[in-house]
Amino acid sequence: MNKEIIFSMNTAFRGEFNIHGYSYGRGDKAACIVGSMRGNEYQQLYMCSLLAQRLAEIEAQGDVVAGKEILLIPTLNYSSMNAEKKKWISDDSDINRSFPGNIEGTATSRIAATLMDRVKDYTYGIQFASFYLQGISIPHVRMMETGTESTSLANLFGMPYVLTGDTRSFDTATLNYNWQKMGTQAFSVYSATTDTLDGESAKMAVSAVLRFLTRMGIIRYESHGGYISTTLKEKDLVSVRADEAGFFRCIVGVNQEVKRGQVLAEIINPMDGNIKAEVLAPTDGIVFFVQNSPLVFQNVVIYKIVRRMHQ
Amino acid sequence: MIETVVSVDLMVEEELKVKKNHLAPDFPTGEEKRICIVSGLYGDELQGQYICYEVIRRIKLEYENLIGIVDVYPALNPMGLDSKTREIPGSGIDMNSIFPGSKLGALGEYTASCIFDDIKGADVCIDLHASNLYVHEVPQVRMNDDRVDELMPIAKCLNVDMIWIHPSNSVLNGSLAYSLNEVGVRSVVIESGVAYRINQQYCNAIVDGLFALMKEMEIWKGNTVTPKKVPITNDKDIRYINAESSGIFIPGVQLFAQVKKGDELGTVVNVITGAVEEVVYATGDGMICSLRDYPVIEEGSLLARIVGGNAYE
Repeated sequence: MNKEIIFSMNTAFRGEFNIHGYSYGRGDKAACIVGSMRGNEYQQLYMCSLLAQRLAEIEAQGDVVAGKEILLIPTLNYSSMNAEKKKWISDDSDINRSFPGNIEGTATSRIAATLMDRVKDYTYGIQFASFYLQGISIPHVRMMETGTESTSLANLFGMPYVLTGDTRSFDTATLNYNWQKMGTQAFSVYSATTDTLDGESAKMAVSAVLRFLTRMGIIRYESHGGYISTTLKEKDLVSVRADEAGFFRCIVGVNQEVKRGQVLAEIINPMDGNIKAEVLAPTDGIVFFVQNSPLVFQNVVIYKIVRRMHQ
Repeated sequence: MIETVVSVDLMVEEELKVKKNHLAPDFPTGEEKRICIVSGLYGDELQGQYICYEVIRRIKLEYENLIGIVDVYPALNPMGLDSKTREIPGSGIDMNSIFPGSKLGALGEYTASCIFDDIKGADVCIDLHASNLYVHEVPQVRMNDDRVDELMPIAKCLNVDMIWIHPSNSVLNGSLAYSLNEVGVRSVVIESGVAYRINQQYCNAIVDGLFALMKEMEIWKGNTVTPKKVPITNDKDIRYINAESSGIFIPGVQLFAQVKKGDELGTVVNVITGAVEEVVYATGDGMICSLRDYPVIEEGSLLARIVGGNAYE
């Protein structure tokens, strides 16, 4: 393992801020894995720590294929994690809305530009991303529909689902989008959580990455074959909203099969404890996402269901 | 007349309400022009609060001069304003990125959709902003380069100190102004001052500009000022001065100052060692149109912008 400083800057009060990269094996730029970009992405950093441990073992056993290099960048934003802030510590900007970046711009723009320059030549790019809604989701691989995405490659992660989605306006400023535009096959790997640790789904995501690296001929690693992934379009997920605001009492959790009309949750009046609304499944299917805040706003998405899917 | 544009139950007891003051002639003909003046998309930007108040106050003083419709929406993100939060509290969503919104969306998207539908059909919308916490801006109108023909006549009325034309591909298409322009409501954004503060001098000048625009649109028949002759600038005329060190920025110039290439703009100092880390110089001739207001900086922080080039010839 070789440790390098990818980006460095001085700060006014915290001393030097460095972004570290850890490379395993030497040779062609085969795969790059990027972890947390926001201060609340604890799970994504945890996944990197598990992956680092496993890659070090694989390298020590001589099982990184000769002529291949893997780069792991666990975090771009540990200062925000230390300050318990989601976005960049000094100006609330978002690194994953700053790509491709500008080396003469603001700090997050400089980080994005420097990172892009360092990682742009890798054949495969993997980001441990966080789901845009707060809650628990089924682990999956997501790809943006940029015209260069390959769902057949994404299937090789062996995760339960591969999700493809339209490119939204803000996506063009993300790492994944810019990686793809630079010619890297880019994947976002999602585990179940973001700001809480979930050991099982973290292991699943790490195993998926190792499985993918094995199948791409980058490492030698015996692992379970994983899932034959089900490929979905994001728009095929049915959103279920809260008709009322109040306490959210979850009855059906993630990855459970439901029938149309089944009670998924109850919304409770915080003042008198009465049930204000029952949340009913609008379709048969499998719960892909469930929100996990104690209180919910009216009209907010609280479930996403894979329509007419069975276990 | 105060009207509620959108009302949504919050989690415990309260309701989120976005309100507008609908000001119309006492005896409307149905042919009146309509302008919407909106503010408070960002909870830390307060310039629009004073401007909305002053517009309504002046109209009420001379109500007989009102011959069109003025809809004033002072607080599009009321929870943000209440909690001194730039984005929508809780979700952290940038409200100026989700227009035209969605009736099926969560709190932010639903609110945005109701606001958007209420403004739709107006002739003009002026979106009042301040700068952020960090950089102080001269009063300016910002617009996309693909809308110049439609929007420039509006911008020239607004009595600001600069009109900045951006390349359209640099503008996020979820902003209120962008989305309204897409459906035929001519919309521009006014930026001025700095977050969390009201600069009455800037605000009063903008209010004068709004009345000049309303007169031009035949919404107002009272006396108005002659708007300032305003310099028009493109991105190529703007020089960005970013810090190359971290510490405390001590400015050596003021906003609106005319500078020459090589003039000293300020210093970045290290407080613990007492050393000057960096002397910041002008990289070209022109006027300081943006200046760092929040003193703590890091490498890359924007310290100043200089507008020069053809804009001031």
